[in-house]
Amino acid sequence: MPDVAANLLILIPAFNEEGAVGGVVEAVKSAVPGAPVLVVDDCSWDATVKVARDAGAEVLALPHHLGLGGCVQAGYKLAFELGYEFVIRVDGDGQHDARDIPKVFDALRSSGCEMVIGSRYVNGTSGGTSLVRAAGIRFFRMVLRPILGKPVRDPTSGFVGVNRSALAVFSRSFPLEYPEIEALVVLQRRRFRFVEVPCRMLPRRSGRSTITPMKSIYYIVHVLLGVFVNVLKYERRIPKESRRS
Amino acid sequence: MDRLLNVMTGLSALLILLVLASVRRARIRVEYSVTWLIGAAALLVLSRARGLLNAIAGWLGVPYPPLALLLIVGCVFVLIFYRFSVIISRLKDDNIALAQRVAILEYHIQSLKDQAAGC
Repeated sequence: MPDVAANLLILIPAFNEEGAVGGVVEAVKSAVPGAPVLVVDDCSWDATVKVARDAGAEVLALPHHLGLGGCVQAGYKLAFELGYEFVIRVDGDGQHDARDIPKVFDALRSSGCEMVIGSRYVNGTSGGTSLVRAAGIRFFRMVLRPILGKPVRDPTSGFVGVNRSALAVFSRSFPLEYPEIEALVVLQRRRFRFVEVPCRMLPRRSGRSTITPMKSIYYIVHVLLGVFVNVLKYERRIPKESRRS
Repeated sequence: MDRLLNVMTGLSALLILLVLASVRRARIRVEYSVTWLIGAAALLVLSRARGLLNAIAGWLGVPYPPLALLLIVGCVFVLIFYRFSVIISRLKDDNIALAQRVAILEYHIQSLKDQAAGC
C-alpha cells in the first residue's frame, strides 16, 4: 500500500450516479485509506450528492450542468487551490477498479511522468469493450501516434492520474467535451510525458452508457477537430530549437 | 427587378425597426444591435441606390443586379453569424468559469462552516 499522506486527492466526476457513486466512494476509501475523496457533482437531478456525502466523500456541487470536461476541470481547479500534489480521477459509474488506484499512484510518483493512464489494453486485452468502441479506440491510436510521438494503448480511458505540473495546466486549460484524448494532446504540446499502467475495467454498477451511434459519430468528429486545433494552437508556442532537440 | 429590390427595402426597414424595438425593450443589448443595424442599413441603401448596385454587380460579374444584392445579403449574414458564434463561445467559456468558481467558493464556505461548527 503506498503512502497516501495528504498529497493525493481522488476525484470522482458524477452525473446522476446515485446507484453507483456510493459504492465507488466506499471502494476507493477501502483501496486507499486516508486519501480524501472528492465527488464533483455535475448538477445531478437524482440523489448523487446525498449518496456521495453519506458514503464519506467531500462534494463539489456545480450550480448547473457543465459536461464531463467542465466537471473534471472544476475538481482540478479545487485540487490545485488546495495544494494537492497528485490527483487520480476515477469515473463515478464504477467501471474503474479502485484496487488499481495504488498502482496508478505508484507510477505517478516513480515514473516522473506528468500523467498516468490506467489502461485496459496495456497487456493486449480488450477489456470487454464493445466492437464500435474498440474500433474508435484503434482509430484514435493511429491518429495520436504521430502527434504524441509514442503509442498510446487506451486514449479514451477516464482512469487518469496527474501530478501538480499537469494539474496547473489543466486548471487553466482543459477540453470541455470528451476531454480524455484532447487532454493528452494538451499535455504533449507542453512537452509533458505520460505512461500507461494496466488496469481492470468492471461493468457499470448502475445505469447505462448514453453513447448512441449518432453520438459516436459526433464524438469522432468533435475529438478529431479538438486534437488538430490543439496541435495548431500550441505548436507556435514551442520554440523551433527546443522542438528539434 | 424592381419588385425584388422593393421587397429587400421593406425587409431591411423591417429589420431596422425590429432591432430598434428590441433594443428599446432591452431584449437586445446595444452593442449587439450595432452589427444588425449596420447590416440592415447597408442593405437598405444598396436596394435603393440602383447605380451603386449596378456598379457592384458589374464588379462581381453578376449579370442581374438583384442577385448581387442577394449575394451581399448572404455574406452579411455569414459575417453576423460568425461574430455571434465568437460572442457565444466567449460567453460559454465565461459561464463555465463562473459556475466552477461559484461551486469552489460554496465548497470553501461549507468547509469554513463545518470548521466553525466543529470548534
